[in-house]
Amino acid sequence: MAKPLPPFQAFLDEHRQPVLSFLRSMVGPDDADDCFQETFIAAMRAYDRLDGQHPRAWVMTIARHKAIDHHRARARGPEPRAEPPEQASPRANPGADAPDPELWSAVSELPPKQRAAIGLRFAGDLAYAEVAVALDCSEEAARRSVHEGLKRLRGRFAETKEAA
Amino acid sequence: MSETNEKGLARLERALRAGAGAGEDEAAAAAARLVERADAAGLADVAYATVDTPLGSMLLAGTDRGLVRVGLPRETFDDVLEEISARVSPRLVELPRRVDEARREVEQYFEGSRREFELPLDWRLITGSFRCNVLEVLTKVPFGEAITYAEAAERAGSPRAHRAAGSACGSNPIPLVIPCHRVVRTGGEMGGYGGGVEMKRYLLKHEGWLD
Repeated sequence: MAKPLPPFQAFLDEHRQPVLSFLRSMVGPDDADDCFQETFIAAMRAYDRLDGQHPRAWVMTIARHKAIDHHRARARGPEPRAEPPEQASPRANPGADAPDPELWSAVSELPPKQRAAIGLRFAGDLAYAEVAVALDCSEEAARRSVHEGLKRLRGRFAETKEAA
Repeated sequence: MSETNEKGLARLERALRAGAGAGEDEAAAAAARLVERADAAGLADVAYATVDTPLGSMLLAGTDRGLVRVGLPRETFDDVLEEISARVSPRLVELPRRVDEARREVEQYFEGSRREFELPLDWRLITGSFRCNVLEVLTKVPFGEAITYAEAAERAGSPRAHRAAGSACGSNPIPLVIPCHRVVRTGGEMGGYGGGVEMKRYLLKHEGWLD
């Protein structure tokens, strides 16, 4: 017999913070809440189908799709905005001790798969096995995407530091 | 060379983690909005809240049909919520507004301004026709009175089933509101209570049946 599902409230409380962080990394703080609402409403509708093996990866998969939908909708919208502006807003990274606001803004300029992998790993706080589930790829490929993303970010930051 | 590379990557990872955080407060606020939205979309099958009483915190859970489960102070609420999740629906959220009327009536009961509950009940956690009959009988035992297990069995239509009547009381998912505390042993002994005998004694004193 399958293990019974935890009460939805417990599931929501356990995953709300990493999901919101991940969505901020994907769509910026201004739109993260909308995506968050859509993600958990969809999760609640589909809750019976949660297999319980990787609940966080499961909800992150939904969140990633909502973020992709969001980017597509915005690309079709009347006034497509340039990619990183909201990351640079003062609300971009509140709370943490002296975070570098440019860093996540640079993440938003990575190729989509690297961006999602970095977001899942460091904002969503997922293990590589879970990143793999959420990206629907092998664990090895998930590691590679994160690693390549990191290298690219480091290169970019070396440049800006030298320029400054 | 590669060692400094590794160090650089590790520093970058730390900076990413430090800069990523949506605060816990913001996440909690987003989750609270989500629960309201889920309710508006008809997805919140069961809503619950806690209420403070002189005996400790009680849990009240309701569906669209009515109050489905009351958790007594002695129970572990996480276990109660898991039971509801498994037996009613896992779409269970904390939404005090939906059980406001039940909270108000429980508060009034303990303040002494209410003797009868006027809440719609959801009987789906009560299984078996005899159990159902016994609990139905109990809803008609008024504040300030008590009956014996034998009387409960008799009124439920099986005069000799006083043990089964006791077990029906013990399995009552909506204690206090379905007043299983108003059933005592022949001879006036308390008998058991899911919330503990002390709670039963408190309730019967509160209702004036015990001095």
